[in-house]
Amino acid sequence: MNNPSPLSRTSYPRIAPLYRFQWEAAQNAYVLLFPEGMVQLNVAAGEILRRCDGKQSAEQIIADLRIAFQSDAIDDDVEAFLRSATSDGWVEWRDGATP
Amino acid sequence: MNAALNPAPMPLWMVAELTYRCPLHCAFCSNPVDFAKVESELSTEEWFRVFAEARALGAVQLGLTGGEPLSRPDLELLVAEAHRLGFYTNLITSGVGLNETRMRALKDAGLDHVQLSFQDSTRELNDFLSSTRTFDLKRRVATLIKGHGFPMVMNCVIHRLNIDHVDRIIDLALEIGAEYLELANTQFYGWADLNRAQLLPTREQLERSEAVVAGYRQRIGKQLRILYVISDLYETRPKRCMNGWGTTFMVVAPDGLVMPCHAARMLPGIDLPSARNTSLQQIWRDSPAFNRFRGDQWMPEPCRSCPEKAKDLGGCRCQAFLLTGDVGATDPVCDKSPLHGRVLQIVNGPRPVAPAVERPLVFRTPENSRRLIADTAEP
Repeated sequence: MNNPSPLSRTSYPRIAPLYRFQWEAAQNAYVLLFPEGMVQLNVAAGEILRRCDGKQSAEQIIADLRIAFQSDAIDDDVEAFLRSATSDGWVEWRDGATP
Repeated sequence: MNAALNPAPMPLWMVAELTYRCPLHCAFCSNPVDFAKVESELSTEEWFRVFAEARALGAVQLGLTGGEPLSRPDLELLVAEAHRLGFYTNLITSGVGLNETRMRALKDAGLDHVQLSFQDSTRELNDFLSSTRTFDLKRRVATLIKGHGFPMVMNCVIHRLNIDHVDRIIDLALEIGAEYLELANTQFYGWADLNRAQLLPTREQLERSEAVVAGYRQRIGKQLRILYVISDLYETRPKRCMNGWGTTFMVVAPDGLVMPCHAARMLPGIDLPSARNTSLQQIWRDSPAFNRFRGDQWMPEPCRSCPEKAKDLGGCRCQAFLLTGDVGATDPVCDKSPLHGRVLQIVNGPRPVAPAVERPLVFRTPENSRRLIADTAEP
């Protein structure tokens, strides 16, 4: 299994294949879609998951979010969210970048 | 789906009943018993327009069902258009008619997920309940679905004749690699209502099965998520009707009638609008049918003054009609309803000892449907 323990900052998170992530203009929000269900994401969750494309490491995502939210105090929140998203099965991890 | 997040109701979920044609004849089908009346199905182009209008209203989940949706030769075109519009597309199928060629075409069209129905874990009962020989075929289709990398929901309608096999049904779901298992106890509308005496499980059966499911959940963790829905008749509080009438769901029937729930076609005094001559926007926002049970102004007592009214919104309209004769009554599943005794009479009353032998099941066939239509026509 190429699914290293989450939150090694050098690993690459991406949306798990069971889920589809998209912007819904009607709801003015990002959503996660899965068989017969939907989660409407708040702004922060949407901004984090938007970056989980398998091409950026957790480290790069956090660095990018520090700029987006103009704050250096977001690391713990982002890590906590990624941990819970991983345990919910929304996000999976790879050692390297997805081509 | 959390509709409470949305200030104005939005039909997040659209169910497209593409056809009433079906190779199966399940005795618990929720289709209307007079489905044989419906002859003219929406065309490919009409469905395209319906999808686009629904998407513009905010619909994002699309259930493609029937009948058997694979009976439509244009299913792949419909999936491709729905995908292009940004829907998450769910194919809800018996598996009959799904071969490698169609599976690949559906994948290429952008299909997101397949829900495959089984009627039981055994060939004998599966084939008996659906009145077909389909068990082996379904096993092959499950392999095909997983082979193409689709998430798969296995669905099995539960009732008196198969509820004692719940453990083996869960084993089957694990074996075929389903991500979700829906064990949906029969709700008694349509054909199931005709066969209620034979299909309603006993309280003892229900309690045993709940213990079995709880045991499995503990043991297997997250590899398979089991949704277990018990029959409303064994509850003392009703469920919201489709998450609230006209709040989240829109069902479009094969002939274009637009309904707040699957079974609304049988409700008297509700003039269902048609997508053939009215836009979905007008139907959703302005039609008397969709506004009839929105909010709480329509509620009678004991709902009107009930502190729980916002939770269940008065319950299921179809159940209220079938059990009380009044579509606007409190759902009698609620033990505050003055007519709750009717529900108790059903669940505690005498039952056939050998259900399907003493009283044969009425299978969902066009012949039976036509006979039932004729029976209603001659009083």
